[in-house]
Amino acid sequence: MFADLPLLSLLIWVPIIGGLLVMLAGSGRTGLEAKVLALLVSLLTFALSIPLFTGFDTGTAAMQFTEFKPWIAAFGINYHLGVDGISMPLIVLTTFTTVLVVIAGWEVIKNKPAQYMAAFLIMEGLMIGVFSALDAMLFYVFWEAMLIPMFIVIGIWGGANRVYATIKFFLYTFLGSVFMLVALLWLYGQADSFAILDFHALPISATAQIWIFLAFLVAFAVKVPMWPVHTWLPDAHVQAPTGGSVILAAIMLKLGAYGFLRFSLPITPDASQTLDWLMIGLSLIAVAYIGFVALVQRDMKKLIAYSSISHMGFVTLGFFIPWAIAANTGSFSGAGLGISGGMVQMISHGFVSAAMFLAVGVMYDRMHSREINDYGGVVHVMPKFAGFMVLFAMANAGLPGTAGFVGEFMVILAAFQANFWIAFVAASTLILGAAYTLWMVKRVIYGEIRNQKVAALKDINPREFLILGVLAFMVILLGVWPAPLLEVMDVTVQQLVEHISVSKVPAGAM
Amino acid sequence: MFDSIQDISLYIVLAPLIGAIIAGLFGGQIGRVGAHTVAILGVAISFVLSALVFKWMVFDGMEPQNFSVYTWLVSEGIRFEIGFLIDELTAMMMVVVTFVSLMVHIYTVGYMSHDEENWPAGSKAGTNSYQRFFSYLSLFTFSMLMLVMANNFLQLFFGWEAVGLVSYLLIGFWSSRESAVFANMKAFLVNRVGDFGFLLGIAAVLMYFGTLDYASVFNAVEHHKDMTITIWPGSEWNIITVIGILLFIGAMGKSAQVPLHVWLPDSMEGPTPISALIHAATMVTAGIFMVARMSPVYELSEVALSFVLVIGAITALFMGLLGLVQHDIKRVVAYSTLSQLGYMTVALGVSAYAAGVFHLMTHAFFKALLFLAAGSVIIAMHHKQDMREMGGLRKYMPITWLTSLIGSLALIGAPGFSGFFSKDSIIEAVGHSTIPGAGFAYFAVLAGVFITALYSFRMYFLVFHGKERMDEHTRSHLHESPRVVTVPLILLAIPSVFIGWAYVGDMVFGDFFINAITVLPEHDVLSEVGFTSAFGMLLHGFVTAPFWLALAGVGVAYYLYMVRTDLPAKIVQLPVIKTLYAILQRNYGFDAFNNLVFGRGSRGLGTGLWKGGDTMLIDGLLVNGTARLVGWFSSVLRRVQSGYLYHYAFAMIIGLLVLFGLFVVA
Repeated sequence: MFADLPLLSLLIWVPIIGGLLVMLAGSGRTGLEAKVLALLVSLLTFALSIPLFTGFDTGTAAMQFTEFKPWIAAFGINYHLGVDGISMPLIVLTTFTTVLVVIAGWEVIKNKPAQYMAAFLIMEGLMIGVFSALDAMLFYVFWEAMLIPMFIVIGIWGGANRVYATIKFFLYTFLGSVFMLVALLWLYGQADSFAILDFHALPISATAQIWIFLAFLVAFAVKVPMWPVHTWLPDAHVQAPTGGSVILAAIMLKLGAYGFLRFSLPITPDASQTLDWLMIGLSLIAVAYIGFVALVQRDMKKLIAYSSISHMGFVTLGFFIPWAIAANTGSFSGAGLGISGGMVQMISHGFVSAAMFLAVGVMYDRMHSREINDYGGVVHVMPKFAGFMVLFAMANAGLPGTAGFVGEFMVILAAFQANFWIAFVAASTLILGAAYTLWMVKRVIYGEIRNQKVAALKDINPREFLILGVLAFMVILLGVWPAPLLEVMDVTVQQLVEHISVSKVPAGAM
Repeated sequence: MFDSIQDISLYIVLAPLIGAIIAGLFGGQIGRVGAHTVAILGVAISFVLSALVFKWMVFDGMEPQNFSVYTWLVSEGIRFEIGFLIDELTAMMMVVVTFVSLMVHIYTVGYMSHDEENWPAGSKAGTNSYQRFFSYLSLFTFSMLMLVMANNFLQLFFGWEAVGLVSYLLIGFWSSRESAVFANMKAFLVNRVGDFGFLLGIAAVLMYFGTLDYASVFNAVEHHKDMTITIWPGSEWNIITVIGILLFIGAMGKSAQVPLHVWLPDSMEGPTPISALIHAATMVTAGIFMVARMSPVYELSEVALSFVLVIGAITALFMGLLGLVQHDIKRVVAYSTLSQLGYMTVALGVSAYAAGVFHLMTHAFFKALLFLAAGSVIIAMHHKQDMREMGGLRKYMPITWLTSLIGSLALIGAPGFSGFFSKDSIIEAVGHSTIPGAGFAYFAVLAGVFITALYSFRMYFLVFHGKERMDEHTRSHLHESPRVVTVPLILLAIPSVFIGWAYVGDMVFGDFFINAITVLPEHDVLSEVGFTSAFGMLLHGFVTAPFWLALAGVGVAYYLYMVRTDLPAKIVQLPVIKTLYAILQRNYGFDAFNNLVFGRGSRGLGTGLWKGGDTMLIDGLLVNGTARLVGWFSSVLRRVQSGYLYHYAFAMIIGLLVLFGLFVVA
């Protein structure tokens, strides 16, 4: 029954139009109508994304649920949508997370709740647009448009220093995008088409590939974010409201990583090979350097933000490990493990980081402080919450049986096949991740109550229990049974590995 | 009947898990009795079924079972499975784990019955702490069973980290105590250092064998024995050696071998039942079990075996010495555990895996017994643990006294007791070994016998005999512990006496583990020992060095702590002894070193990278520097935009002239 529906279009436009309606409905004082409507829209969108998962054909790497309509015929720009094993899980993650964000903001957002909800719904549609666009211009439009609601969310509902954070966030990401636009236009000139799949097939000289790769790198590295263009993230997180942080960590960071998979790897495989040392190096810096930086943070949100950067290092490491494996062992066997591992890490980080930011949000709503030193002994007043927090912390530290383990495990296994020392540095996350996460848990959750304000805290209410409970379920499910997720990705990843293992440099050209 | 082994093994692991979930999530609703009933029931089911599997395996001739339960994930054609391998080694571990766990569960009913007193007033975490404790205990049993029953490295690692998690939760159980929540973090992090090596070892296995399945790896290991890996340019390492050492680093964390032993003494911050179950009988032996399980791999690398041997010998000797200077009753037992784990590791190092595993089993019984007995003493002493405030407890607590004596005799290897058979087998095996390091190890394990006897009976005399040094209030309330405490003591004392006698012939010198453990003929030291029968071994035991060393240890302890009780204080004032004593009291400086280098060092590095790298260099110079540059540039430009029409007109005319000029020139 769903086969005839333009599912992807619905997934993009239902939340966007729904968001506009929510804004209109928001004239009421409490905004209750708007909130109910927002919840319904987000639930409907989530429901619409389920047939995407259940109806997905795991046997093919071809694009599915495709839609095609000419848009600006003169430039060959089309409204072209479709998903494969790389993008589909990210769309479901987006619709799932948005529902949580709407519920999480229910009582907390007192100031213009309707506009707040609307911003997230519109953002959801735009992000799904990014994940499903198969036309480079369409992709670019969604990519840029998506910045606006996030800019607004941080700018209006953010903390004290929100203006600095928003401007930093906007300039960083916008600057990156400009380079991407140039690269896309150049590719259009070569391929005479804006179809991303045409870009994949396009032979490009080695030098041109380097330039294109670097242009994409600027755009995507900022989003991921990779060291050294990461410093906007802690600022943005600290200033963003909880919902903003959740979407930022769970989805927006994934857009950069998705860009690498959709553009950099398949369009410029030779440049990726040439520059893989750079990417691996930056990824390892993210894992180790940022791990140490996270250790000494005093602000919980900053700590989790740095931990996000460190975890995203595994994503980029997994994506760029294939050529190092091939150089070491002479075959690309094991490359798929790395790329799949990176993708699993994206999804699992989506759950775990969302959970961590929501957990900090629960405390912030009560105490209006994110300082670790203001807490201590929370377990004595909020035992249920403490249980969730410890679970999520363990997932953040990559404990087997939780989502956080799967991706890191796969990437480390793959990295070992490339080089012992790459795996060595990557595996240091086992110690560092546990150190910064558990040290925070120790100081916040355990110990004696030192602050009178902590003594007065109330445990989580049913709404908060629901959100954290659903996430806890997902974190454990993905940890003990990641097979369905891998099944969705596997064929697409294998096809990608085959694609990147063949040079795209035209014969005879240099 | 063997067909149902797959179902039964599932019940064995799931019964404690279900108990843990019910007691943990619904502890408030079902109350204390409900929680401990469901938890004990789960573990009891697990124990009975494990015993059944053991019977099938050992007496009814069931073949080893190796099967998959479900597929965790498939990537690139590599299958990662969750599955069970049940052979004699597994069956023995299952029985030991579930039996000790069951005893500890029952004991906990008594030990934790007044747990509300351990929590600050009004702590909500303290309201259902009793139920939560049972939930953790059962969760531990589940995790440990997953570990020992694994048929592949992935699940091994899963169980490995899961027991670490439960250990973390239980060491820090009394979460208002700063020392407890420091100790649990320390335990987790030190274990993570081991797991770091372990994970790299697993990665190496996957790279060279293409699978994580035990059976496939063991079948293929012969073909890989000459392969090498380049760690750094110009140095080729044998791949089996690398895998062996990396995996053993994991074992060093979990089984607390020097230098990763530092977490175990601190873990005594946890309630005593978990010290018995996790930090003596089962979890800490996971490393021993793992190496024995990997015997087909270790056999092919003498370098790895030597490494194992030397680490074990250092642990056995030097950790035993620390037991001499402790005043806390639990810490004595903890250091004794470290030392005994060293003995087991030594056995692995000389390829006497069966002896190591056998000592693991006897140790599980008598060490759990000693810990639970110590706990019984602690209950009587109103949670005082300092032996200097004890003494003469024998007449107040006869059952605790007698079972402690049995445990201590088993620990020092008194002939006839279970520890005698296992420890003597190890010592004899080391004596016959020729691999590098065996000479030092032989000295270490022999000296260890004297030290073990000395600290064990120092503790025994200080606690149960001599002057009653406690205050009057405590003395007037001294009484034997309730039956839920003493019955497990008695049930553990039985195997502590008899299990060695009963199984040494089969397990150590027979072919009990023939399906599970591989020993190359040239490493087979146990067959050189010349075992005839348990009785023969017992008789022989009276004429060997270990017996006289142990006797000497007991004698010295008697003299120092019963006859001349003034002497110990004087001895430690002697010039050289004083220095040594200070070193021992500081645990050889491991903690100070770790705090300084790893604790403060990594925080310093973090701060340096953060303030220096992120804040100063990237944000200060690059980001805000660029912003300032743009700001400066625009402030210059702003002057140009003066707002006066004639300025603009002038600029336009100049511009036009320049353009025009260019046009003309071109």
